[in-house]
Parts: sequence; C-alpha cells; structure tokens
Amino acid sequence: MTHSEPRAGQSAARGLNDKSIRNLFIFPTIAFLIIFNIFPLLFSLYTSFTDFRASTNAPANWVGLENYSYLLTNEFIWRNFTITAKYVLISVTGQVVVGFGLAMLLNRYMPFKGLITTLLLLPMMLSMAVVGLFWKLLYDPNFGIINHSLGLGKFEWLANPDMALWAVAITDIWMWSPFVMLLSLAGLSAVPKHLYEAAEIDRAGTFYTFFRITLPLVAPILMIAIIFRTMEAFKTFDLAYILSSQPTTELIAIRLYKMAFLEWQTGLSSAFAYIVLVMVVGITMIYVKYLNKVKER
Amino acid sequence: MAAVRSQREVWTNRAAILAVLVALVVMLAPIYWITSTAFKPRNLATTVPPTVVFEPTIAPFVKLFVKRSQLREPVSEEVYDAAPWWEQMVLDGGEKVVRRGRTGEVRSSGYGKRFTNSLIVSIISTILAVSMGTLTAYGFSRFRVKGEDDLLFFILSTRMLPPVVVAIPMFLMYRTVGLNDTHLGLIILYTAFNLSFSVWIMKGFIDEIPREYEEAALVDGYTRIQAFFKIVLPEAMTGIAATAVFCFITAWNEYAFALIMTNRKAQTAPPFIPSQVGSGLPDWTVIAAGTFLFLLPVAIFTFLLRNHLLRGMSFGAIRK
Repeated sequence: MTHSEPRAGQSAARGLNDKSIRNLFIFPTIAFLIIFNIFPLLFSLYTSFTDFRASTNAPANWVGLENYSYLLTNEFIWRNFTITAKYVLISVTGQVVVGFGLAMLLNRYMPFKGLITTLLLLPMMLSMAVVGLFWKLLYDPNFGIINHSLGLGKFEWLANPDMALWAVAITDIWMWSPFVMLLSLAGLSAVPKHLYEAAEIDRAGTFYTFFRITLPLVAPILMIAIIFRTMEAFKTFDLAYILSSQPTTELIAIRLYKMAFLEWQTGLSSAFAYIVLVMVVGITMIYVKYLNKVKER
Repeated sequence: MAAVRSQREVWTNRAAILAVLVALVVMLAPIYWITSTAFKPRNLATTVPPTVVFEPTIAPFVKLFVKRSQLREPVSEEVYDAAPWWEQMVLDGGEKVVRRGRTGEVRSSGYGKRFTNSLIVSIISTILAVSMGTLTAYGFSRFRVKGEDDLLFFILSTRMLPPVVVAIPMFLMYRTVGLNDTHLGLIILYTAFNLSFSVWIMKGFIDEIPREYEEAALVDGYTRIQAFFKIVLPEAMTGIAATAVFCFITAWNEYAFALIMTNRKAQTAPPFIPSQVGSGLPDWTVIAAGTFLFLLPVAIFTFLLRNHLLRGMSFGAIRK
C-alpha cells in the first residue's frame, strides 16, 4: 500500500471525488488550448489549400496542393530560408561562445557575484521590439555610440545590405548570451569538485580537464540552451523587423508576416505557415526530449 | 610546485574577475546609453561625437506624454511666463503643446494610453494563466492522468508556435467575432501563450511539496479541495509569484500579436514605441524616455526574480 496514489474512494463521501477534481483542474486548460491554438490551426490548414485573400470578399477556391508546390519550388522562399539559416548559425554560435565563456569566467569565487550575474542577465528580460528600436540609435553611422567607441568612423551597419544581418545577429547575441550563460552556470556548478582535484593530482593539463571533465558534464544543459536558442532564432520576428528593412534580413517570420498581412495572400501564407510549423514542431520534439533527459538526473 | 601553481591560480582569478567587469560594462552600456539619452536635452542626443557628460533634464518625459507641434515663430515673453513649468520645457525645445480647440485641454501623445493598455492586458492575462496553470499543474502532479507525457508535450508545444503562424487564422477568427483591436482579444492570446508555460513551471513547484502534507489534512477531515486551498496553495506561493512575474514580463514584452491584432483602441506599448520613429528626424530623447519607462518595470522584476530565472528559463527542468 503506497501513499503516493490517493484512491478515488477515499474522499468521495465528502465533496468532489479525486477523479472529478482532476478533470475539473485539467480539462479547462486543455480545452482552452485546443480552442485557441489547435482549432485556428485546423482552420488555417483548410485555407492553405485555397486561394483565399482576407482583403477581399471573394470566396475561397480550392486549389489543392498548388500553394505548397509553389512555395517549395519558389527560389525567393529558399532565399528566406537561407538567410534564416545563416542568421541562426551566426547568432546561436555567438551566444554559445560568449555565454559559455562568461559562465567559465563567473564560475569561481568573486565579490558581488550574485549582483554581477543578475546585471548580466538583464538584457534577455527586455522586450525584443524595444531593444531593436534602441539599438538603431546605437548603430547610427553618424552619432551612434558603437562606431564611436570602436573607432569605426562612419561605418554603415543597417543601411549596408551585407552588414545588416550581422547587426541584427550581434544585437541578438547581446540579448541572449546571458541565457546561455545562465544555463551553463547551472551546468558548471553541478560538476563535482573532486573530479577537478583528481585531475590536478594526475597533473592533467587545462585543455584536458576542459574537454574531458567540464564539457562532457555541462553538455546536456548546454544542449538545452542551444536547441532552445536555435528554435527562437529560427522564429525571430520582432528584432529583425524593427532593426532593419533590408531584403538581406528578411527572415522566414518576416516574409510570412508580409505575405499574410501586407500582401494579404491568406491562402498562400497559411501554407507557408504550415511548412514553418512542421519544422518548429520537429525542433520542439528534440527539445522536450532533452528537457526530460536533464530532469531525470 | 604547489606554491607556483597557486600563484598562477591567483593571477588567473584576477584576470577572470577583470574580464567579467569588462563584460559587465559592455553588456550594460546599451542600457546605460538609452537611459542617459532619456535625460538629455534634445540638442545633445545626437551629437558627433556622442555626449557623455551633460546636465540631466526631465523634458523628454514631459514631451513623451503630450502632443506637440513645431513652433513657427517663438512665443512672446508673456505667453512663456504664463505657461506652467512643464509647458515651458516644451516651448524651450521649439515646440508647442497641442490643445483641444475649445476647451484648451492638453492633448495626449497616446503613450499613456498604450502604457495603460499594456498594464491591463498583461495583468489580466497573467492572473488567468497562473490560476488555470496552477490547477492544471496540481492535477498532473497529484493524479494519474492517462497519456500524461503526451498531454504535457502538447501543452508545451502550443507555446513554441511562432506567433505569426498562429496570428493568421486568429486574425480571421477575431475579425468574424469582432475581437480584433480589443483588450479581450489580446488577453485571450496572451493567456493561451502563458498557460503552457505556467503549467510546466507550476508542476515543478507542486511536485516539490510533499504529498504527506495534504494526506495528513485529508485524514484530519479536510476535503481535497480544502486541502488544495489551505495546504498546497500557501506552500506554492513563492512558485506562483515567480510564475506570475514571468508571465507578466512575457505579456508585457510581446510584440507580434499586438502588432497584428491591434491598431488604435487596444494597442499596447511595444508596437507603439517603435512607430514613433517614423520618417524625418526622430526626437531620440522622447523615444528614449518612452523606452526607459517601459523597460523599468521589467528591470525591477528581474531583480525580484533573480533566484528563479534559471527555473523559469528552462521551463522548470533545471532547479539548481
């Protein structure tokens, strides 16, 4: 007889029984999410097979897989995917290098460590839209503080098609390196001290210690940070949309937004949204797998 | 040998601390810059080279809240002297305060309204998401649920959907039922968005409360509902507060849904603040003032939340 599973009969005599309480507590949430997330998606699954345009009153015509085949063979869309892939690569790599580096530096005794850590975490809590806005001021070629402090003269960041994506990625790295740092710190603090002591007795070099002890033990948590940031970078909209209007920074989410709400190609954009959705759900599954893996420890 | 090593360690440590301080300055510089710009006179905001030392003024905050227009010619001294201090600040900048034709009432810039909208939408959606989330988390934590893992995955996956993807059908549905550009419309979207997060985080917090507490109460004659409200909820209060702050910040910062679903009536601050830049020469001091006021609550909350950030950011998976 275990105490862990209270049986339904126990409290049935007084008030609601456990089974109905369970249903009462869980059902509304599931229903809410189905009504406001799944049902709309089913609706857009239907529109994705039509030529519907929300800006006109014309009825939707069934076009079958035409939208999908158009999108998957359209080289403009592939350009958006390429841009997004490049953006994800730059910004996630940057965040891992900076964030993990900061965590390595912070993983020791230092005065005011708690305060310093909290201050370092501040950027990731801010609104991406507003961050994008004030980085415009920082990137200004004439009076921007970035060019001034780096001695870059009148270097163009956002107006230069080749630099704009880097500028957005740098802002993203500034904002989200703290996230990687936070998770890495948790991983680092979980590495048992005696492993380092043992390595020291064996006179293991710094590199050996890092690659054979630190990295393998931090890896699962670092993986969570990487997958989560990859997924978020893949979905980036606010930051890039506000910072830059260059075609070279037109990420998938921005193309999707323009297609749906500026060009009003509702049917086509629904199909596009579905392609993106399948990819995001794929990454989410990997992410949750890792979350559960870390949880079990 | 040992002494040499520890000597080296001391220097490594010092170098690391120095590097952290440099990183801290670099990371905080953008936030410092936007904050200092919010207190600059307009002519010092966009100088070459950038102005670092200046006499702070609150004129940008005055200008932030009132509607202004360019002065064609300087006002007479009498008019200037008759104006209240805040209006003088606007006049000093070569602008005048726009008033309603008849009543002479000062017209607002619209910032205050967007700020209030942000508050309304964020607070109500947070309350809804946290209360529903706590109940659901309790259900998952204490009872056997068929297909629990799949349901939890489903709940989390709704959070991961890109806003623009969800916005396309939601926009059409909202247009049909008249929820576009309403507070309620945004509240529903933000509640849905935060609900999944709140379930995951709260499940972790409730899992940590020993079941024995409630079972003792049940033996004492409490019903399960009473045990939940009188035993579990008080124990979970820290978790609930942390979750609420996280949900609030998420809703407060949200941009894409607000941009798509609102335009005038229910517009929140995130789509409004960038729209002020517009064309021509923007007044960066006013934009900075608006940004500063908007970021301030989040900065304060980050400090209150500092011990729970890790947990919140990992959906409860990592607890420290």
